[in-house]
Amino acid sequence: MSSDYNFAYLDEQTKRMIRRALLKGVAIPGYQVPFASREMPMPYGWGTGGVQVTAACLLPDDTLKVIDQGADDTTNAVSIRKFFEKTASVSVTEETTEATVIQTRHRIPETPLTEGQILVYQVPIPEPLRFLEPRETETRKMHALEEYGLMHVKLYEDIARHGHIATAYAYPVKVEGRYVMDPSPIPKFDNPKMEMAGLQLFGAGREQRIYAVPPYTRVVSLDFEDHPFERGGAQQPCGLCAATDAYLDEVIMDDIGTRMFVCSDTDYCRKRREVGHVGEMGVPKAEDAA
Amino acid sequence: MTPLLQVSGISKYYDTRLGCRDVSFDLYPGEVLGIVGESGSGKSTLLNCLAGHQEPDTGKVVFDTRADGPKDTVTMSEPERRMLSRTDWAFVHQNPRDGLRMGVSAGGNVGERLMAVGARHYGNIRAAAIDWLDKVEISQDRTDDRPSQFSGGMQQRLQIARNLVTGPRLIFMDEPTGGLDVSVQARLLDLLRGLVRELGLSAIVVTHDLAVVRLLADRLMVMKDGQVIEKGLTDQVLDDPQHAYTQLLVSSVLQV
Repeated sequence: MSSDYNFAYLDEQTKRMIRRALLKGVAIPGYQVPFASREMPMPYGWGTGGVQVTAACLLPDDTLKVIDQGADDTTNAVSIRKFFEKTASVSVTEETTEATVIQTRHRIPETPLTEGQILVYQVPIPEPLRFLEPRETETRKMHALEEYGLMHVKLYEDIARHGHIATAYAYPVKVEGRYVMDPSPIPKFDNPKMEMAGLQLFGAGREQRIYAVPPYTRVVSLDFEDHPFERGGAQQPCGLCAATDAYLDEVIMDDIGTRMFVCSDTDYCRKRREVGHVGEMGVPKAEDAA
Repeated sequence: MTPLLQVSGISKYYDTRLGCRDVSFDLYPGEVLGIVGESGSGKSTLLNCLAGHQEPDTGKVVFDTRADGPKDTVTMSEPERRMLSRTDWAFVHQNPRDGLRMGVSAGGNVGERLMAVGARHYGNIRAAAIDWLDKVEISQDRTDDRPSQFSGGMQQRLQIARNLVTGPRLIFMDEPTGGLDVSVQARLLDLLRGLVRELGLSAIVVTHDLAVVRLLADRLMVMKDGQVIEKGLTDQVLDDPQHAYTQLLVSSVLQV
């Protein structure tokens, strides 16, 4: 290793402390474990929690992928990837299937994760009850006693006001029939994917909480009997790769309101174009290169 | 008949300062007990001890639960006590802001207790909420308004609806008419009296307003300096007060 940093930036004691929190989190799926979050060389809200969890998980032969809103090439993703290239000298990739550790902000990759892969989420506010009950002492008690009626009050308010459950991201879930959990601000489209083969770890740096969903854990999105959970999703195929099963971003193209819808998962979109799928506004891969 | 609530020897100290001392009484189903006294006489402390908001230093509060019969709520487990307080008990705060969620619509406020005990059908929850809003004279078109847009009297009525929706058997009321003007007070009292009679509720009403207990309460306890100094039938205590302090209290009421 050429750098003067300790492997993956954090000192060994800190990584051990975080791993203990992670183990506890895995043992109690959905439970928020307090941990002594460190100052990181980035502002709060940029993924300090996720970075600390990633640092505690990384091994020298890991392959790291970092995505931000599904994209590998945004500022936040590039910075964090470079950070670990520099401090841990791990190999990095943009391919979901190649990665052993994936740090994400706001998305779950479209390609299903496999056993052995770890998905690390950056979490701004880990407490799903926070905007309904401001007191931490009270929310902890509510979790402890499984008093989750209040969570449904939020969904009730949605229906009363909008006619349907309008919560579109950070949609609350119940993990393994016990803890209600904030899945971080992923679109509710991604909620069903949380029952996966990979290990999911959540880090909230500013709020100093870690929680986890082990592989093959039951994750149920909360709803009403007469207003069941709906996954939602795009009305049209991706403009570049014609995918109909992916979560799409809306991109405004000019001043007169022309817009296109394109996969938010850049790796998934690129892979599809490589094997020949072309959307309405896309160009075949060979011409693109020229 | 088994009393709904048997209170024996409740004492509560704040450090060395007395909150209330050695209070005992029985409350029977359908009975309304008034507790009067001046500010600082320990009546709110007593009410909070009875309702499980504060832990008394000594004494028992035995409630006749639906499932297991009489049970001491002071020593029962916290989940059990909290379950009681959202099913069989109701607590009407003096300030509606303490008892309502101001950021949640009126319908949501009423529905919360239903959802807290497991209701998961939006249509049914909403129907129950509208039904209860109607009972407390809040019109249906205000269902989706927030309590912050309501007048003080409406907020207080909303709080009552929110508390009664799960069909409790015992209501604790802490100055339910405090801060309301007299005409609004009169209508609220009328409403409360109707509901109590209609639903056969038992209630413990803490107030410093003797007119309120005269209207609502069957029995009366007078507190001073943390102790009960006189108790009896409401009319008896108010018409023929025995203790010097009660005599002072009764004679202090302004005659219009």
